[in-house]
Amino acid sequence: MIEIRNLTKRFGDHLIWEDVSLTIADGESLAIIGKSGSGKSVLLKHLNALLNPDAGSVLIGGQNIFELNYVDMRLVRQKFGVLFQGGALFDSINTYENVAFPLRYFTRMTEQEIEHRVLECLELVNLKDMGHKATSELSGGMRKRVGLARAIVMQPAYLLYDEPTSGLDPVTSEEINELIIRMNRELSITTVVISHDMHSVLRVAERAAFIDEKKLSWYGTIEELRVADHPRMREFIKASEYVI
Amino acid sequence: MLLFLEIGRYCRLLYDALRSCTEFHTYRQNLMSEMVKTGIDSLGIVILSGLFTGGVLTIQTSYQLTSPLVDRSAIGAIVSQSMLIALAGLVSGLVLAGRVGARIATELGTMRVSEQIDALESMGFNSVSFLVMPRMLGGILMFPIIYFATSTAGIIGGVLAGSATGLLTMAQFMEGARAFFFPWDVAFGIIKSVAFGFVITTVSSYKGYYASGGAEGVGKATTQATVLSCIYILLADFVLTAILL
Ligand SMILES: Nc1ncnc2c1ncn2[C@@H]1O[C@H](COP(=O)(O)OP(=O)(O)OP(=O)(O)O)[C@@H](O)[C@H]1O
Ligand SMILES: [Mg+2]
Repeated sequence: MIEIRNLTKRFGDHLIWEDVSLTIADGESLAIIGKSGSGKSVLLKHLNALLNPDAGSVLIGGQNIFELNYVDMRLVRQKFGVLFQGGALFDSINTYENVAFPLRYFTRMTEQEIEHRVLECLELVNLKDMGHKATSELSGGMRKRVGLARAIVMQPAYLLYDEPTSGLDPVTSEEINELIIRMNRELSITTVVISHDMHSVLRVAERAAFIDEKKLSWYGTIEELRVADHPRMREFIKASEYVI
Repeated sequence: MLLFLEIGRYCRLLYDALRSCTEFHTYRQNLMSEMVKTGIDSLGIVILSGLFTGGVLTIQTSYQLTSPLVDRSAIGAIVSQSMLIALAGLVSGLVLAGRVGARIATELGTMRVSEQIDALESMGFNSVSFLVMPRMLGGILMFPIIYFATSTAGIIGGVLAGSATGLLTMAQFMEGARAFFFPWDVAFGIIKSVAFGFVITTVSSYKGYYASGGAEGVGKATTQATVLSCIYILLADFVLTAILL
């Protein structure tokens, strides 16, 4: 369980959001929605302490992650797999090595075991034969899928997705949505998805949180979202051309 | 105010790097490739700069030393000593501020804005240890070698220019060079080159590591890294010379 408590973040004088509280139960899938620049990515980066808040805490297993020492922090971070907005693949190594990267440094697996695991993950994202490709040769959708393969290779308990479907065609988006659902249901990985693609949100998430006007403006299940009486969120959903 | 913030962040980065120096297994792999990229790959350009600096210095010194009372071998002494004490370090430092500094700032800046540094951190890596430490060590370890290459090239350049223009023979040049060779000059040159390697790699790592704002931000970080590296090299050169010489 991840408990976000009264979190506030500023960059210099620029307030991003304040007093955000949210609980993410094990095994659930939560979508964070909001306009571009509302601070969704920033919020996601607080869940594994890539950024530090100005106030508030994030509790994982009852422990405030911002108070952990370096070694414990590493253990917490390794419970998370993150798919970054642009994939964040390491461009100095090829696709296969990107996925193998955490295994090489943080496990004592043999070369054979690594190969087995990497191919398993690449197969899951339908890229089994692409291991030899340089990351610069991959399309946007492929990069995201490789990023996903790398995110799950260490068998995380939590998966964070930053805009998994943005900039992708509808068919590839749907493939990614399928993957997110499979990871969540089959591997029972707790899922947090950032998106402004309402179609994707309604497809993969059980609950949603709407960030707006520098705070957590609305929060509830997808069923509640469909009937919610919240003008600004209605507007946001309508603007994404999705009719519910 | 902003200046103090920058200095604070720079020191913080250095502190994090030094603190992580025991995590050898994290930066071991990168260290080798950094030593090659900073040192070996730079040899061509610094040897070229050394050759020409030595050559120009020889011709110019002979032009300045018109008195018939001064032996020709004095040119060899002046050129080789100037190369060893001042010019080899400074010329290679300024050339590599562009070459090495720009590379490091661009690499780290690109990794920052494309979230690769966040990806490293999220996997549980210490990104400073993984990225900054090997670059800094690579600079500190390879700059003395670059210094040797540049000063040797400078002396060879001097000999070549001297005999090609008929100003002095190789024997005359080497006679002067030998008579005014002091080990301390070389030690001083090495100390300076280590300082320059440290300045270039840490300043450009810092600029790249904290880059923000997409491709434009990386460009800005790279420009600042090379300009600041040059300025700090000149400053360090002055300070070290004033203190040690
Ligand atoms: N490292 C940083 N330093 C300063 N400001 C930052 C930093 N990271 C983000 N910001 C600012 O925080 C705000 C929110 O950024 P964020 O990336 O979280 O937006 P977002 O909701 O993810 O938008 P998008 O949907 O476009 O990705 C922006 O105004 C951005 O300029
Ligand atoms: Mg974002």
